[in-house]
Parts: sequence; structure tokens; C-alpha cells
Amino acid sequence: MGDKDNKGIGFLDKIRTWARVNSPWALHYNSGSCNGCDIEILATLTPRFDVERFGIKLQGSPRHADVLICTGPVTLQSRDRLRRIYEQMPEPKFVVVVGSCGISGGVFQGCYNVLGGIEKVIPVDMYIPGCPPKPEAIIFGIVQLLEALKAGRKPDPVLIMPETQLESKV
Amino acid sequence: MSEKFVIPIGPQHPALKEPSHFEIFVDGEEVIKATLRLGYVHRGIEKGAEQRTWTQNLYLMERICGICSHVHAMAFVQGVEALAGVQAPPRARAIRQVVAELERLHSHLLWLGVAAHEAGFDALFMYSWRDRETVMDLLELLSGNRVNYSANLLGGVKFDVTPEQKVRILDGVSFLEERVRYYLSVVNSDETFLGRTRGVGILSREEAERLGAVGPTARASGVPRDVRVDVPYAAYSEFPIKMVLSQQGDLQARFVVRLEELFESIRVIREILNNLPESELTVRMPRRIPAGEVISRVEAPRGELFYFIVSNGSDRPERVKVRTPSLANWGTVLATAPGHKLADVPMLVAGIDPCFSCNDRMVVVKTAR
Repeated sequence: MGDKDNKGIGFLDKIRTWARVNSPWALHYNSGSCNGCDIEILATLTPRFDVERFGIKLQGSPRHADVLICTGPVTLQSRDRLRRIYEQMPEPKFVVVVGSCGISGGVFQGCYNVLGGIEKVIPVDMYIPGCPPKPEAIIFGIVQLLEALKAGRKPDPVLIMPETQLESKV
Repeated sequence: MSEKFVIPIGPQHPALKEPSHFEIFVDGEEVIKATLRLGYVHRGIEKGAEQRTWTQNLYLMERICGICSHVHAMAFVQGVEALAGVQAPPRARAIRQVVAELERLHSHLLWLGVAAHEAGFDALFMYSWRDRETVMDLLELLSGNRVNYSANLLGGVKFDVTPEQKVRILDGVSFLEERVRYYLSVVNSDETFLGRTRGVGILSREEAERLGAVGPTARASGVPRDVRVDVPYAAYSEFPIKMVLSQQGDLQARFVVRLEELFESIRVIREILNNLPESELTVRMPRRIPAGEVISRVEAPRGELFYFIVSNGSDRPERVKVRTPSLANWGTVLATAPGHKLADVPMLVAGIDPCFSCNDRMVVVKTAR
């Protein structure tokens, strides 16, 4: 993250954080996904879920992006592209991984062209699990990231299922 | 000397959500040649399938494509069932067909939105995706997941359609029928939209046959090619579907063919749900599939999906070969692009409803030396 702690930051930084939290621009890159997560990301932009009401805008150029939304495992051929896109983004930049494949390789683990999760190639700030995650989960994840941004810290891990229930399942 | 210029697009590009690399050779505004480089989402699924058991593969095949996940699993399951000499019970086959047609509804509405977006008609994009949520709700109601429904099991299906669900599905498809009728009128009457589609990307019947086009792309050029009609599978022989054809071959025809197909889908969903055969949902399948090889074909929303499965008698497949419709249709884009304006290229690409996660497969072409 660019500004590690927000203590004693100047007025300009405050304005910058305010602007960033109110209108993060996101870039989406599919590095080998099955498409399921991609259409769910697109679905979050459309009228039923409409993340644009939070000021989140999906756009095309890495140079304008604050948040990189990655889907899918990293394939050998898209590895360099993913790294290049990440490097082209201006600081501070945040990476959100959507879907199980981007977290660990998911169902594609062990396939010869798959490296594994996104974190093998670029640093990741936020994971949204699911195959694919529901649009509600994607919105929840992005809101968590924005709250953390506002407070100037890394996002905390959030357990959506209460721990008591989790234990009973195990 | 004319000034030729190469425009590289992708793999990360704002037009489509999936990576692919195009090189478009232009002379001024006019496209003279287009090439395509695929493979950014090649994961090695076919090889991976050889390391997984038949049941595990069900989940892997479903994730070849997130949009038409059910047909992938269905093609695989039907192939394996044929190898094992087992037939799924009638009710299971009917439920498979219902899910497949619901999937076609979701896929075509998704495509309508994306194609409208490429044409700069974002209002239609938003409207069609809003209505698409109706199908997503129905699929979630049936299977518990919006995408990757896991409806198929080896030897049957995982869930039944209860009477309450039936009522909700019938309500949902009635609503959609009305909406699709409206979209059809928009596609056929909106002047600006017609300017982008009428007479653009004309693909003649001979050309479509020569390039091996499949699915709605071929049917819009008048090629009668539909696996559901030619070789009925699932319950398509009991609940047949009428092929929708057009002779125009341009982009407008592809819009019309896809939308009119939805009426057929809706009709057949209604018919099946009102006459759902009574039987159990699964039959017993052996864990080891007898040795042999089989070809399994189904009609995915984008066209013919082809599976070739070899078993060596163990609990894992020896070879699974997948040929997806998008790969068959790419030739038509590259062949029709020359002569068009550069701005028409995104529309031409969207016209075949491309799906990159499907078509990034390894193909070895052996040529005679």
C-alpha cells in the first residue's frame, strides 16, 4: 500500500483518500478464469446490484485504475501480462481477487499451464471466495476494502460465517 | 503506396471481459486483414482431466466455461453414460433439458447486452442484464448457485423440480417472453442500432459452410445446423425444438436468430414442466467405466459442443477432447472483417458471441510432410 499509516498526514493526503474512497476506479483482468466470475463482476455493475452507486467504475486503462480486480488462476501465458498491468497502475494500488481459482488455483490445481493463485505473481490486498462469489459478496468485499482505505490500514480478514457455526461444521 | 498500419488490441482490453490478442491491419479506416492470438486462458484442462476420476471431472468440465457450464457437464455426462451403457431416467433427462434451455436464456440475454454495449447502446445493455437476473434467480432457485449449477450427476441429475419451483419458473419465463418480444422489436426498429447491424458482416451460406460455422452464427446464414434437431439428446426427442433460420447472414440476422431462439426455449421449458415425466432421478453408475471411446455432441448456446472421450476401463478417463463452438466460429470473424471499418470490428467479434475460456484449447494439427 502507498501510504502505510495515515498518522500526521497533510490536508492534501486527506483529500486524496476522500476522493479515492468515494470513487475508486477499477480495472478487471481475467488471467485464466472460466468466465463465471467475470460475468458476476459485470452483473454487479448492472441495475440489480449497481455498484456505480458507490462511485465504483469499471474502466479500460491500467493507468487510470486504483483497484485491480483479478479473476481466475494465473496461466503461464498471462503471467507477464498480469505483472505488466500491475506495474502500469499508479501508486497507491490495490488488488482484489475474486473467486476460488484466483485464491489458490481452485479446481484447476495441478493443470500443467496453471501457476496457482494471483498472489504468486502480484501482491494481493483482498480475497473474495466463492465459485463464483455472488454479486452481493463482491460488493461486500469491495466495501470492506474501501472502509480499510478510509481508515488507512490493510483490510482485516472477515469471517462471514460466525465462528461458532464454523466450528460446528468442522 | 498506401499507408498500412497495424493496430494491436489486447490481451487486456476494455471491449470484452476476457483476454485475447487481435492484430488488425488497417488502411486508413478500412480493415484489410485481421489476425487473432488465443491462448491466454489455456489452463490444460484436457490433460488435467486425465488425473481426475470421472466424478471429479464433472466439476472440472463445468468450469471450462462459466457461461455455458451446464452444457459442458451434460456433454461429458452423456458421453460417459454411453460408455457405461447406462441411460439416465426420463425425468433426469427432462430436467437436464430444462436447465440447458434456462442456460440458453441467460446466455443469449447476456450476449444481447454485451453486443449492445459494443454498439454503444448501453441502455439496452442495462435493460437486458436487468431482465437476465430473472433467469439467474430461477437457476439459483433450482440449483442453489447462480453460475456453475452442478445439475448433472453421472447417471442422472442432482435436484428435482418441485411444484412450487415449477410455478415460479413458469412465471419467470412468461415475464421474459414479454421482454424478449420487446427486445426483438428494438433490434428490428431502432434506427441507430440498425445502422450498426444491417448489412454489416455479411456471411454467405457457402462461406459459413466452408468455414465450418456453428450455432446461431451458422443459422443466421441459413445453414440448418442444430444438434438439438439433428441428433436429439437429453429429452429433445420427446420435446422437440424448432430450428430458427435466417437467410440474411448479417449481424442483424444474428440478433434476430438468437432472440427468436429464446421463444422456442421458453415454449419448450413450459412444455416440459407441464408434462414432466415421473421417474427416479438417478440410476446406478459403475465407478470404473468400461473401456471404449465415444463422441458426445450437444448444442451449447453458441453452437455445437463436441466431446470425444476415451476410457481405458479405469476410474479415470484416458483422454478427453473438447471442441467448443467459439473456436469454430472465429474463422467467420477473420474472414468477414476485411472491407469493414475499424469501428465495426468489436461488433463483428461480439456477433459470434465469443467465449475465450472455452476456446483456448490445445490443437495439434498434423500435416503431411
